[in-house]
Amino acid sequence: MSGETHEAVHRHEAPKSFIRKYIFSLDHKVIGIQYIILALAAVLVGMTMSVLMRLKLSWPGTSWSILGTLFPHGAPGGVMNPEFYLSLVTMHGTIMVFFVLTTAPQGGFGNYFLPIQIGAEDMAFPFLNMMSFWVTLVGFIVILAAIFVEGNTTIANSVGAALGGASGSTVGPIGGWTGYAPLSAVGLPAGPGQGAGMNLWIVSIAIFCVGSLLGALNFITTLLNMRTRGMQLMRMPLTCWAWFTTAVLALLSFPVLLGGGILLLLDRTVGTSFFVPGGLVFGSSVLTTHTGGSPILWQHLFWFFGHPEVYIAILPGMGATSHILSTFARKPVFGYRAMVFAIFAIGLLGFFVWGHHMFISGMSPYSAMTFSILTLSIGVPSAVKTFNWLGTLWGARIRFTTPMLFAIGFVSLFVAGGITGLVLGQTSLDLPMHDTYFVPAHFHLVMGVASIFGMFAATYFWFPKMFGRFMNERLGKLHFWITFVGVYCIFVPMHTMGMVGMPRRYAQFTEYRWLDTLHPLVVFVSIAAIITVLTQIVFYFNLVWSVFKGKKAGQNPWEATTLEWTTTSPPPHDNFAGVLPVVYRGPYEFAVPGAVKDFTMQTEPEASEVAVTEGVGGNGHDVHKH
Amino acid sequence: MATMFTSTKPLTKSGIGGGPKRGGPNGNGSPKRNGHGRGFSDLQSSANRYRIGMWVALASILMMFTALSSAYIVRAASANDWQPLRMPRIVLLSTALIIISSGTLEVARRRLKEAANAHRRWLLMTVVLGIGFLLSQLLAWRQLVRQGIYVASNPHSSFFYLLTGAHGVHLLGGLAALAYLSLRKPAPQEDPAAATKAQAGADAVTLYWHFMDFLWLYLFVLLFFVR
Repeated sequence: MSGETHEAVHRHEAPKSFIRKYIFSLDHKVIGIQYIILALAAVLVGMTMSVLMRLKLSWPGTSWSILGTLFPHGAPGGVMNPEFYLSLVTMHGTIMVFFVLTTAPQGGFGNYFLPIQIGAEDMAFPFLNMMSFWVTLVGFIVILAAIFVEGNTTIANSVGAALGGASGSTVGPIGGWTGYAPLSAVGLPAGPGQGAGMNLWIVSIAIFCVGSLLGALNFITTLLNMRTRGMQLMRMPLTCWAWFTTAVLALLSFPVLLGGGILLLLDRTVGTSFFVPGGLVFGSSVLTTHTGGSPILWQHLFWFFGHPEVYIAILPGMGATSHILSTFARKPVFGYRAMVFAIFAIGLLGFFVWGHHMFISGMSPYSAMTFSILTLSIGVPSAVKTFNWLGTLWGARIRFTTPMLFAIGFVSLFVAGGITGLVLGQTSLDLPMHDTYFVPAHFHLVMGVASIFGMFAATYFWFPKMFGRFMNERLGKLHFWITFVGVYCIFVPMHTMGMVGMPRRYAQFTEYRWLDTLHPLVVFVSIAAIITVLTQIVFYFNLVWSVFKGKKAGQNPWEATTLEWTTTSPPPHDNFAGVLPVVYRGPYEFAVPGAVKDFTMQTEPEASEVAVTEGVGGNGHDVHKH
Repeated sequence: MATMFTSTKPLTKSGIGGGPKRGGPNGNGSPKRNGHGRGFSDLQSSANRYRIGMWVALASILMMFTALSSAYIVRAASANDWQPLRMPRIVLLSTALIIISSGTLEVARRRLKEAANAHRRWLLMTVVLGIGFLLSQLLAWRQLVRQGIYVASNPHSSFFYLLTGAHGVHLLGGLAALAYLSLRKPAPQEDPAAATKAQAGADAVTLYWHFMDFLWLYLFVLLFFVR
């Protein structure tokens, strides 16, 4: 271990000025926290929009005077317009998928912990890392601008008019997060929500693609090139495998969305006809400026990105869950290798199933069958993961901490949400279910809530490392139980609505008398949603309060084994105070037979090697002091 | 229970996870335990990030052009309004220029280690050829505009402007990188770390430029021979 003393000389000093330290920081830890703050802000916008949608669905005629004041055109007299609702759907989806589910798991926790877990001082390209965050932030500002350009708050009205905004009865463009052409491709003739805000929507997503690509480039290079001595690939924590696979997915799928977005923008602004077919009729006029485009082409390009995006959202959650389950079950992850291969299998298959989003778009039944078989085969690696999680828990003396509860909740939600994927993956069942509430119920449970549970687990688990203090356990458990029961109360009834045939994306159902019997269920879902959203205040409060007042945490408060727990909480600027750790073993060595403690750090040498290097010190031995 | 410990293989069994095998303190998970300070292979592995990063970046650029080409093929087959352009003759000149520029840059890259400014002339030549390529592409646009063919005139012209434009933007990035290479101070010979890094940077830029060269050849074939 004499090599390490040479390294100690090579220490990077932390920048002194406030701006370089906290704002334009090159430190992956600060950038990670910036990403998390961005996600925490974006999720507030997204959640508020979902509550507004629920209000509209359950109490359609009711006047909410505050809305009338804020949006005199979108909600005249406080009653929301259908267009207002549709723009809420669009912005809720876009903000949640891009700026929450993609930023927090990967940009946030991945950025903070991937370098530490592989024993690196920082990312491979710190400058690109910083750019990745700031580009993403610009994307977020642009999407917020889309709200005001299309929208009609009193202040924004003038701004909107100045930028050539549409008539303004919306809070953003209309088109869903999928932005299907030709609606999204022809501009103002297509109606409200198709003006300048839609251009900004496309631009924002294009900017976001660039930011994500910079991030993915960094993650992959860092993992391949910066692992410390002894950190062989099969000794990496499963979190690292998950972040790596996610980065590969992002690297290969975001460019496709970027390409599609450029084509869509050209259709809207220059008048090309990539996606707009000839002879479209709007009201009483025929659109003569376009010919021959293919709307299905946009769907192909979008979903070629869109399906991997689902895994971009959930894979980091899977990694965190495996990591946390093992730590609190005090057992090694059951079938580590199988877990690694399952992550890769899910990622790989994710590129060949996009067609299952398009079964009703008129594809050949043979292609539909191929997509269907490939889709269902994702069930195999998913089942491998689920059974391995259960195997990890089997017979364990579980420590039921808040992060553990959320990790178990993740497994529950992943199964509950994933099982309906088997329904929707089959053409014959998808045809009647398509565009009903069954679909939002499915994907919210599995990619929305499960991913978020993974992130909650990660937050409670790594908070002591990031801030040197615990989050409050009592509040955390309160937060867990209400949220856990709440999300099931929201999304299980939606499956029923879908099976009855309630169509999604409709602003209200008052004209559809045959759905009247479902109304009590709709109100129930709304009440559950409102309670669940309000419970998140507990989480936000806990987060802020614990940064300052939480119980102090030591270096390794959870008695975990991976490298982040060998350094101080929070870690110094260069992560390991100039002495890079050396790794001697796998990541999840809990309850090793014959060992003194029930956990063995990755940095602890084998018994025979201790004899050789005894007395030299180094990072591997710090753990004994806690 | 012991069978569950899938990850407790002893260090002496190498090749468990693959990965680069070089040792050293920054050793890519190398199983080698006796580091030898910041030796050559260590510097090499630290500089490798530029080459790895470039390959990764190229994968993503490749995906974008794959998406655009599949759109091209689908759009060509989806309606009968597809009117192939006649090739503006000047794109042949563009093609020749960019092929030569790849050659000159390769010479520059190989001469980087030689006496101080030997490679600089070749770098400069590459920059000139690169600018020549872009000008030639602009002239091709001018020729089309003079014939009254614009971006929205027909789907093939849309793709011509789009693909040449996207390629041109990427090539501009390459020109900026070349400018950086030719303007930066030469790495002092007595500092092996700086020299290794300089070489890695030059390798990465060269890789990018060659990729842009091949990408143009591919687009050239796609635009004028597959339609």
